[in-house]
Amino acid sequence: MNQWAFVTAAYVVTLGGTTVVTLWAWLVMRAAEKAAAR
Amino acid sequence: MHALANPTRFVKLARPLTAIFGIGGIILIAVGAYAGLFITPPDYLQGETVRILYMHVPAAWLGMGGWTGIAIASIVQLVWRHPLAGVGARAVALPGAVFSAICLVTGSIWGRPTWGTWWEWDGRMTSMLVLLFLYFAYMALASASDERTSVSRATAIFGIVGAINIPVIKYSVVWWNTLHQAPSISVTGGSKIAPELLWPLGLTTLGFSLLFGAIVLMRMRAILASAKLEARLERMARA
Repeated sequence: MNQWAFVTAAYVVTLGGTTVVTLWAWLVMRAAEKAAAR
Repeated sequence: MHALANPTRFVKLARPLTAIFGIGGIILIAVGAYAGLFITPPDYLQGETVRILYMHVPAAWLGMGGWTGIAIASIVQLVWRHPLAGVGARAVALPGAVFSAICLVTGSIWGRPTWGTWWEWDGRMTSMLVLLFLYFAYMALASASDERTSVSRATAIFGIVGAINIPVIKYSVVWWNTLHQAPSISVTGGSKIAPELLWPLGLTTLGFSLLFGAIVLMRMRAILASAKLEARLERMARA
């Protein structure tokens, strides 16, 4: 099997997972700070 | 350290730091990932799969570093009763678990073309899997805690006891005959990786570490804001 398929999968998993956890933390923080400021 | 015990003062400092860590981390990850994919040469033995290193190593470092952070924060909570230590430990757990999972998955993806297997129950991989389960247990304990922002004493003690797994992960490749290779980089022995392959690893490791810091700060700010809202609602209910 083409080695690039494994490389791509590893980058997608890492960058995708990092993006999801970062966005989630940001959205939760924004919602909580908005609610607290109201 | 106690100067930051005031949540308002902490949030004031955390706001610009979140942006600096977040933006700095994203830039370094982007440059490191680009260099790792398109600039560095393939390895003479591993070929193109060596490029997985630039994602796998920072994830392993942050999985272990996250629990080390939990253990230190737990000691600070129990010994000095710092009000933000428990908040910090609770905030670290989720990103720590995510990076441990990423480490296991990317290691498995690297293992298939390199070793011919997705998984082997050797010391390094098994102890890393144990770390992921420890994170799950810590998060379950922390969410069952009665504390509004911090974590219970039992959770903090679990955070300290669980740290015993960190040296096991680190030295597993030395203590046992594992499929996972021995350390390629050490503080005293330098690096066994060729310099032309090594430099993007510094960029991605620093970048993911900064982004991890930004995620922890965002989660701490969310916990503190929720606690502030809850306290206000309680005061209103009592009035």
